[in-house]
Amino acid sequence: MLFAKSKPSLIVVIATLLVFSLVVTVLSEGYGTGVLSTSFIKTLGKTLCLCLAALAMDLVWGYAGILSLGHMAFFALGGYMIGMWLMYARTAEIVTTALAGGGLPATPAEIQDGITSQIFGVVGTSELPFIWGFAHSFPLQMLLVVLVPGLLALCFGWLAFRARVTGVYLSILTQAMTLALALYLFQNDSGLRGNNGLSGLQNLPGLSSTSQDSLSIWFFWASAAALGLAYLLISWVVSGKFGSVIRAIRDDEARVRFLGYSVEGYKLFVFILTAVICALAGALYYPQAGIINPAELAPTASIYLAVWVAIGGRGRLYGAIIGAAFVSLLSSWFTGGRAPSIPLVFGTLNWVDWWQVLLGLSFVLVTLFAPKGIGGLFDSLAGLHSPNRRGAPLGPNDGSLQEKEALK
Amino acid sequence: MRVLPFVLAVLAWMFFGAFATVQADTAQSVLTTNTALVERASRQTIAPVIAALVESGDEMVPAILEAWADKRLGLRKADGVYLLIRAEGDNYATRSLDGQDLGLAPKSDITELKPNAGVRGLIATALVQFNLSSKDTAKRVAALDSIATDPNADALTPLRASIENEPDTALKDRKQRLERLLTLRFDPDSAARVAAIESFGTDTQLDLRAALNPLLSTKRVAVEGAAPEGANIANTLKIDEDITSNQAYGQLVDASLVPARLTVADQRAALLANLKDGVVGGLPLAKLNTQSARDRAYTALETQGLARVAATENEIAATLAKYQFFDIYDERDPAVTDAARDALRAIDQNVGLMRAADLGLDGLSLASIYFLAAIGLAITFGVMGVINMAHGEFITIGAYTGYVVQQWISDYTISILVALPLAFAITFGLGVAMERLVIRFLYKRPLETLLATFGISIALQQILKNIFGTQARPLTSPAWLDGAWMLNDVVSISYIRVAIFVLALLFLGVFLWIIKRTRLGLEVRAVTQNPTMAASMGINPDRINMLTFGIGSGIAGIAGVAIGLFAKVTSELGSDYIVQSFMTVVVGGVGNIWGALAGATMIGGLQKTIEWLNPSNTLAAQTYMILFIILFIQFRPRGIIALKGRAAGD
Repeated sequence: MLFAKSKPSLIVVIATLLVFSLVVTVLSEGYGTGVLSTSFIKTLGKTLCLCLAALAMDLVWGYAGILSLGHMAFFALGGYMIGMWLMYARTAEIVTTALAGGGLPATPAEIQDGITSQIFGVVGTSELPFIWGFAHSFPLQMLLVVLVPGLLALCFGWLAFRARVTGVYLSILTQAMTLALALYLFQNDSGLRGNNGLSGLQNLPGLSSTSQDSLSIWFFWASAAALGLAYLLISWVVSGKFGSVIRAIRDDEARVRFLGYSVEGYKLFVFILTAVICALAGALYYPQAGIINPAELAPTASIYLAVWVAIGGRGRLYGAIIGAAFVSLLSSWFTGGRAPSIPLVFGTLNWVDWWQVLLGLSFVLVTLFAPKGIGGLFDSLAGLHSPNRRGAPLGPNDGSLQEKEALK
Repeated sequence: MRVLPFVLAVLAWMFFGAFATVQADTAQSVLTTNTALVERASRQTIAPVIAALVESGDEMVPAILEAWADKRLGLRKADGVYLLIRAEGDNYATRSLDGQDLGLAPKSDITELKPNAGVRGLIATALVQFNLSSKDTAKRVAALDSIATDPNADALTPLRASIENEPDTALKDRKQRLERLLTLRFDPDSAARVAAIESFGTDTQLDLRAALNPLLSTKRVAVEGAAPEGANIANTLKIDEDITSNQAYGQLVDASLVPARLTVADQRAALLANLKDGVVGGLPLAKLNTQSARDRAYTALETQGLARVAATENEIAATLAKYQFFDIYDERDPAVTDAARDALRAIDQNVGLMRAADLGLDGLSLASIYFLAAIGLAITFGVMGVINMAHGEFITIGAYTGYVVQQWISDYTISILVALPLAFAITFGLGVAMERLVIRFLYKRPLETLLATFGISIALQQILKNIFGTQARPLTSPAWLDGAWMLNDVVSISYIRVAIFVLALLFLGVFLWIIKRTRLGLEVRAVTQNPTMAASMGINPDRINMLTFGIGSGIAGIAGVAIGLFAKVTSELGSDYIVQSFMTVVVGGVGNIWGALAGATMIGGLQKTIEWLNPSNTLAAQTYMILFIILFIQFRPRGIIALKGRAAGD
């Protein structure tokens, strides 16, 4: 745990998570005083999952310099994979119970038919698509949560990095990948119920007697634990030599390549790792959300993820967490209609309508005036300042000597 | 002696036929002369009377024939005179056969003629012939139309008879075509039918296909043993290749050759009905949780006679093995079906070529839409390297400008002409403002431009939503853009798409002219290639960047007006096109207007081709297209038209 010394934020973040989980548990309906409603606990749990995705985004963008606009696709894919098991197993329970009431004990074929018509009746399919072949088994489907997004990231990343697609081109390409996936899932014959998506995911199979009050707290703990572990893992990844290499790739890819490092290998590893973390975050998120549909894969969702990281401060892990938590909680507060409307001279400022405008403009302001985001505030508190290089550059390239420096 | 009635009949026919042609000059006299035949009209005997009526030249003959078929021809009992009648209570309103009104007459005075179906058929045929040779062109056209909509064998002879004396050339052509269409279906002579089929060559019109298709209609039969004698077999069906065993068995069930298959639900019901003390068919209830156990229990019930006998899988297989399944043509003549099949195949090939041409037009029009949407982006992203996520919202603003202008100017032509420059002006202004306030600070941080412009994009989208609401607003095109340009049955393109194609070409021309022939274009190219050097030559890079960005945004506004004419104008209009626009620029090659053109052509053509291969599904087509583009980038990372040398930058 030597690397922990170089990352003082690690202890702070994990301690904060522990305290936060404890406080929430004490105040919850399931295990405490009931000050916080179950739906709010779910919102908090979901926010922790979003923070986890943002953490992965920070690693891939803030550290490795790959602005991926496809990580929410991996997030949703993870959700779909776990959702398949949740929906299948839950439907199997219901169908078995219903058939047992019919007089004869059910045959496997009858159960299968019952499940198929329950799940796929809405899209008019009468056969279980082959991609549901593993849906009966929790361990296999959990394996798919990791494998499917991981393999997609591997294929896409290998193709893209091998062709040396970088910068905004890569962003556009990842965005196209997300759109392609979303459009594919929107079809009824994609095997994942088209735009109906998967629903009823909040009910865990085998736990129908457990109340949502308790379930929400369990998922909250799991999300907090996942976030803490991922923070630990990513801190470790970025603290050693590996971290130095990926930061170097971010700053000057060609130079790292000329130094003999396999730039593509490093990028690919980071891309796959973050895709898998996002998928796990999604697998924790959607059981709390209860429903997933292809709209979750909209390209804008992934841009929002990047924006959270930018607002929180990229290149610092705690920044991603702060950004995601701050913006998504603020968003749900404003769009939930709980923010008070502001009466103005020419009418009322209704936040449900105008929050999006405020959010958009604040992206612009943060990008222009606070490139370090909220994380920059912590730098100021710690007394860290970048050198102020006044004057115009003397050469045509970025980072050339500037007038004042040359005078010294 | 058996010959005698026949001889008499022939004599009678000759007598009446000769009599009718020579002496009869009015319908009344024809009918009166043949009154014995008319009163007890039958299909065998009435033909000469009808022929005589037709040849009499009486102008009232069509009306009389129609009345006869409708049971509106009566015979006055008193003097045997024929009248046109119409029932009115207990009376008939009567008219003489030359049309004069004769007032009411009691029903008892008049015998109503009731021709049977066979006679009515003959009358109808005579009427067709009559109309086909009518002096009134409209009547001839109507008769042809009725034959064309309801082709039947009876129409063939009168149609042939009417061709020779047809004065109108166009109508004569039509009659000849119709005659061939009828011949190929109804002529008794097989060689004539084959000749008629072959005479059409690779004609692709719908009426020919409609005439040929019924010749090839088949029905499916199951036969025990060898194929039926003399049947014109289209296909011998193999089970599991051409039909599933389920379908084959269903065929046998439909023909009542075998008992219906036992469904799971029936079996379940039968088992439940015979459940006694937790045991059914000798098996305890709890064991019935597999299909094989249920089958055993059911077989036990069958042997006890408690359930109906139903086939098991093995028995079904054995039954199917005994039968052969054929598709048999309803048309019995193999020469005709062969000729029809060959003709249809040739037609299908021809239609396929036409479809390909139509597809090409579709692809071209989609390409011009993508080009319009992407050309502004090709300037801002391609030339300046600035990624503008708010480009889609500029398109939306253009479309809304068109909508607002239409609220003020009701003439659609003028309003479009006003909206185009106005949309350009508004989005140009917005683009310049955006460049001055935001983008110029981020030229060295392109990834952050993406985020900042995304912020502007969602803010603009929400503002538009707040102003115009979420429902689609109409942007109506002028009347002269309605409708479509029909080349033939298969190939057509709507005028709006033609207009968009023309607009895209116009933009291409204007843009090329600005870049290659004007001072501004020269300066833009200079700043793009090397801003520092351009600045040392006295060009103000800030001003050029501002103008370039403004022009790119302005073109997005004009594209918005064009796109709004056929798409739904909502605040999300532009964002539907943004990813495709970026793809267009990236695929085509950055920094080059020809690249955008090539990219748009490729993406538009590709999308239409994939849609054609998988016609039910546009979503899948877009998915596959994007996948193809991702792969394409592997092989040409710099796009179709890549800049070379220093201009390529990094």
